[in-house]
Amino acid sequence: MTVGLVHYLVVAAALFSLGLFTVLTRRNAVAILMGVELILNAANVNFAAFSRFTAQNVGGQVMALFGIVLAAAEACVALAIVLAVFRTFRSVDVNDTDKLRG
Amino acid sequence: MSIADILFYCLALLTVGSAAWVAFSRNIVHSAFALLGTFFGVAGLYVFLSADFLAVVQALVYVGGILVLILFAVMLTGRIGDVQVTNRSAGLVPGLLLLVMMVALLAGLAVNTPWPVSVPGPASPTTAAMGDALLSEYVLPFEVISVLLIAALIGAVTLVRKEEDR
Repeated sequence: MTVGLVHYLVVAAALFSLGLFTVLTRRNAVAILMGVELILNAANVNFAAFSRFTAQNVGGQVMALFGIVLAAAEACVALAIVLAVFRTFRSVDVNDTDKLRG
Repeated sequence: MSIADILFYCLALLTVGSAAWVAFSRNIVHSAFALLGTFFGVAGLYVFLSADFLAVVQALVYVGGILVLILFAVMLTGRIGDVQVTNRSAGLVPGLLLLVMMVALLAGLAVNTPWPVSVPGPASPTTAAMGDALLSEYVLPFEVISVLLIAALIGAVTLVRKEEDR
């Protein structure tokens, strides 16, 4: 069986699910960010795969490029927040950051 | 099965295997380094999709930028006294259940949906076509995303700045 669209979609599905698992089960804020990166990568693979196998133009690849830029912006803001949280709480465990809880 | 197919399966295994290591490793430094395998595997998948520019950007931005940022964050936020920088997981069983169900759902959807697939032509470089598309059809999203990027960078600097001069 030659490699087609479905193969890429299944790989992206596995990446997305592992990312979701990471986001849901980790307590370390940096590890949660790693899960978000996995999810964004899965979305980008889907964009590129559909661009090659169904649309046959570069629109999907341009969108994947925008996705990479968004991931970079997200990573730098989120890690800045993580560092600020670490300075305040001396911890990056998301269960410890409960100062605003009513 | 051709050589290209075998290579694809190796890359897919590298990608998903490293992602599983990210998800299941107890040590956050191991997770961060396993992310390297995932990012390079996805770059290889882009090469197979004839997205050469995306593959290079993936290697440059993810491996050279985001991964280094994440490693910085891991090193800066770990307490030096802790030998084992733990990365404790919570709710492993519901998480695993959701993982299995999610993979089954998405993979089943991917297999069973009748996608309007057309046979792609031979792989060819798309960098020039992407450059054309970015400056004609997608010029507005291109400008918007550059504004977003500068805003995000300024925001990040503002967030980590020490507020002594007030």
